[in-house]
Amino acid sequence: MSTPPVGPPQRVRVTAPAAGRPRRTTVAREIDAQSEVGEVYMRSLMRSQLRLALGLAAVLMLSVGLLPVLFLEVGWLRNAHVLGVPVAWVVLGGLCYPVLIGLAVAYVRRAERNERDFHDLVGPR
Amino acid sequence: MSATAVTAVVAVVAVAVGTVAVGAFGLRLSRTTSDFYVASRTVGPATNAAAISGEYLSAASFLGAAGLVMTRGVDALWYPVGWTAGYLLLLLFVAAPLRRSRAYTLPDFAEFRLGSPAARGVASALVVLIGVLYLIPQFRGAGLTLRILTGAPTWVGAGAVALVVLLNVAAGGMRSITLVQAVQYWLKLAALLFPLFFLLGRHGEGAAGAAARLHETTWLEPMHGPHSLYLTYSLILATFLGTMGLPHVAVRFYTNRDGGTARRTTVAVLVMLSAFYLLPPVYGVLGRRVLPTTTDPDAAVLDLPRYLLGGGGADVLTAVLAAGAFAAFLSTSSGLVLSIAGVVGQDVLGRRLAPVAAFRVAAVVGAVGTLAVTLLSGGLGVAHAVELAFAVAASTFCPLLLLGIWWRGLTPAGAVAGMVAGGTLATGAVVAVMLGAAPSGTAGAVLSQPALVTVPVAFAVMVGGSLLTRGRRPAHVARIMVRLHTPEVVQVDRGGFRARGAD
Repeated sequence: MSTPPVGPPQRVRVTAPAAGRPRRTTVAREIDAQSEVGEVYMRSLMRSQLRLALGLAAVLMLSVGLLPVLFLEVGWLRNAHVLGVPVAWVVLGGLCYPVLIGLAVAYVRRAERNERDFHDLVGPR
Repeated sequence: MSATAVTAVVAVVAVAVGTVAVGAFGLRLSRTTSDFYVASRTVGPATNAAAISGEYLSAASFLGAAGLVMTRGVDALWYPVGWTAGYLLLLLFVAAPLRRSRAYTLPDFAEFRLGSPAARGVASALVVLIGVLYLIPQFRGAGLTLRILTGAPTWVGAGAVALVVLLNVAAGGMRSITLVQAVQYWLKLAALLFPLFFLLGRHGEGAAGAAARLHETTWLEPMHGPHSLYLTYSLILATFLGTMGLPHVAVRFYTNRDGGTARRTTVAVLVMLSAFYLLPPVYGVLGRRVLPTTTDPDAAVLDLPRYLLGGGGADVLTAVLAAGAFAAFLSTSSGLVLSIAGVVGQDVLGRRLAPVAAFRVAAVVGAVGTLAVTLLSGGLGVAHAVELAFAVAASTFCPLLLLGIWWRGLTPAGAVAGMVAGGTLATGAVVAVMLGAAPSGTAGAVLSQPALVTVPVAFAVMVGGSLLTRGRRPAHVARIMVRLHTPEVVQVDRGGFRARGAD
């Protein structure tokens, strides 16, 4: 705590929107004005989100999406067994689902991080 | 009526009465136009995820998937995998921006993004088309189920589902539907899980020669039969990309609080669907082992208790499965009728009637019209009919959403051209199949699963058309991108779009 004020308190001019709304940053103003600087920030946000989505979609295509080709081309895989159950049944009937959920969780975590970075850059602090 | 029939009918009636009762409870809460369309966005993520899953798990998931696994074997497992993976792609590319657009329906999104009444009109027509395509197998499944249980003609079950859905939708709108759907997810999961405890332990003798069919290589091993690579990838493309374009799925995302909640809801949906889709293949394999070859694939799930147990136990289990199946028909049909009614109510009747009255009239028109189409059209497997609806959605709304959200260059003319091209080709294939066309060779494969051809065509036309009309990009596309992609906590100008029917 600072020391209590000495003498008459300074006069403060009270204006309307001071308390509730945090002050907007310059970057937010640039985005609103659709200036080139604002556009650069928007494009970088969109690009990072799109790159993330495309990257995880590529992982999906290279894992689950490649299975038909694998089953067709790799002969022994068609009738391989795990614990008495054919591999194709295990993979398509069960193992695909944890992969889908894992990719979804990874996406949400990274997408929210991208948005936090953007917020730190643009938003009120 | 036999004892099976009586217990099953009691169970089905209980589900129907319960649905209407929960709906009536919601009715007391829903008062404004916005309540009718999107529950005023007061639904939490867990409830909303259960509601999305409950709405999504249709006749095709509950009855059709098991039947397909029984007849076609391991390759049919791609259906449930694709139906789930569709939500992953929805999450990656669409969920948060779609919610942030504050559009209620897919036509709202088209109007918001493109500022074009023509684009909105095409999108509205497509919502009705896809909705009807998806409703037909629900009504047919209901008719089939009641016929198996009681011997009643198929129009009885179809008509009963149409009636309950109408009572519910026209009375309560989305708020009551959200509660109903959330309850029905758990009902369906329980209805499919509980009988397995009794069925799995039994080694009933089964139909003659059935056990041997379990070891046929064409059934047991993947990628058999002509055009298997094309058919599998076409199915993958239709289901992976079609989910985001289903009108009753998209409408659910407006009930999330914000973009971040929309994402977390989608993850919960993926978990719930994954849990459910572990079960139908088990029924398919059981059916392969004990049911005779003459069994209607869509009836396999319901026939199993009778073959494996017999007696009073079988009656109870059949009743449980029938209740689950009716929950599936009711929930998906409710969502679809709601979407059709939302679009027809706003776009066609909205200028002549008060919003709530327009919505109710539209619901009646939508459900009764589809019922008529269902009864008039010929036989088409439940799961395959649903798959064609996915193909149309993937060839129309998927490119609209992906390009609209991520590419500034999309123009109204390009979007309309792409949706019309993809929609016409995919619908042409659907109509040809419904009319019984079955050419041999590659043409037959393409007709039966058109997505691998029609989706790239739709994308190409949409991109090409937009590049040709480069001068006609919407004026405020930069502001629109700000609205779609900035998180809600950031204070920026998001423009002033308000969906029709908002309050």
